[in-house]
Amino acid sequence: MNTTNPLTLLIASIFTHNIALVYILGMCPFIVISKNFKTAVGMGVSVIFVVTLTAVITWPIYWLILVPAKAEIVSYLIFICVIAATVQLLEMIIEKFFPPLQSSFGIFLPLITVNCIVLAVCLFMVLRKYDFIQTVFYSFGTSTGWSLAIVIMAAIKEKLVLVGDIPKGLRGAGITMIIAGLMAFAFMGFAGMITLQ
Amino acid sequence: MPKKQIKRSIRYTKWFKVLTNGMWLDHPTFCMVLGICSMLAITNRLDNAIAMGVGVTFCTVFSSLFVSMFRNVIPGRVRMLAYMTIIATFVICVDRFLKAYFPPISEAMGPYVGLIITNCILMGRAEAFAIKNSPGLSALDGLGCGIGYSFMLILMAIIRETTGFGTILGHRVMPHNWTNWVVMTIAPGAFFLLGVYLWIFRTIAKKMEV
Repeated sequence: MNTTNPLTLLIASIFTHNIALVYILGMCPFIVISKNFKTAVGMGVSVIFVVTLTAVITWPIYWLILVPAKAEIVSYLIFICVIAATVQLLEMIIEKFFPPLQSSFGIFLPLITVNCIVLAVCLFMVLRKYDFIQTVFYSFGTSTGWSLAIVIMAAIKEKLVLVGDIPKGLRGAGITMIIAGLMAFAFMGFAGMITLQ
Repeated sequence: MPKKQIKRSIRYTKWFKVLTNGMWLDHPTFCMVLGICSMLAITNRLDNAIAMGVGVTFCTVFSSLFVSMFRNVIPGRVRMLAYMTIIATFVICVDRFLKAYFPPISEAMGPYVGLIITNCILMGRAEAFAIKNSPGLSALDGLGCGIGYSFMLILMAIIRETTGFGTILGHRVMPHNWTNWVVMTIAPGAFFLLGVYLWIFRTIAKKMEV
């Protein structure tokens, strides 16, 4: 078992091991949805919620059902089904009981199913053998880190409209990659605070 | 557009068009900016990039084939889940294959093999092409996209490995007084390189359209 302090794990997964800027995951929505600050915040909050929830559900499924049954080979299949089912369920619950949330929160949910970071958190959690408490902190930290990155990106891109003379071929995705590179540099400043095995 | 319509060469047959669309016009990375995650994370070494490319091509071909074969049976509401299940099955095959025959590569790629499942290219091709077309064409479309994607992976990996480690596939190619650009092996270098590639390719594509 991994013995990292859960709080250390939380800080590490937000700053030093940011999933978007160090592991380069969850890039598709990171590029596409970061055009508008408000939308980015909505997406960020949905991701925090879904990632934490699915990690909490998949941990017992993996360690209490799949490992004793020696069925680790189907773990990808189980993880992806759990993620899709959770998202679908959440969508129904919001639609039924919290209709006001639907417009600000519900529209992002289907997109999250194919967001790599949900699956990535499940895979890292298994690979690094986190216990339950660590998993909770790690999944919350990771999704918060990703949300932080997308919100910063959206804020920068809103200001980017004021810049008129970006070369034609670089507009859109190209300049987003360059900004992400600069942000990754900035986040490298946190490296060395904590080392994670 | 073609002017010599009399000569009906191989270039204008439907299957050829489907195959090459994925490689150039509909290129998953340049035109739709899909599948970036694994692309950036994995391309710091050429052998990883080749393994990833082959894996993704295998998965796109077979998942497109199977989605297309089941396209009349899959109910509309749960089609995402059906795609996911089909894709995950083939990703498990790739993962097991790498673990059995290339353990060092499997070790180096870590969770990124499993993350082929959430590679948007697979979902994208299933939703955009395979669900509406016959199995043969869908498999061909998958092959085209897979090859286009692998080509891009290899292109990035060659630059990143030569500048970042001074080697290609582990063989030293740079002179001995070469200082490794460490930045190319980590995240920022990957972002910059992809940005520059997007810039170059989009400029060329614009020129070709006119």
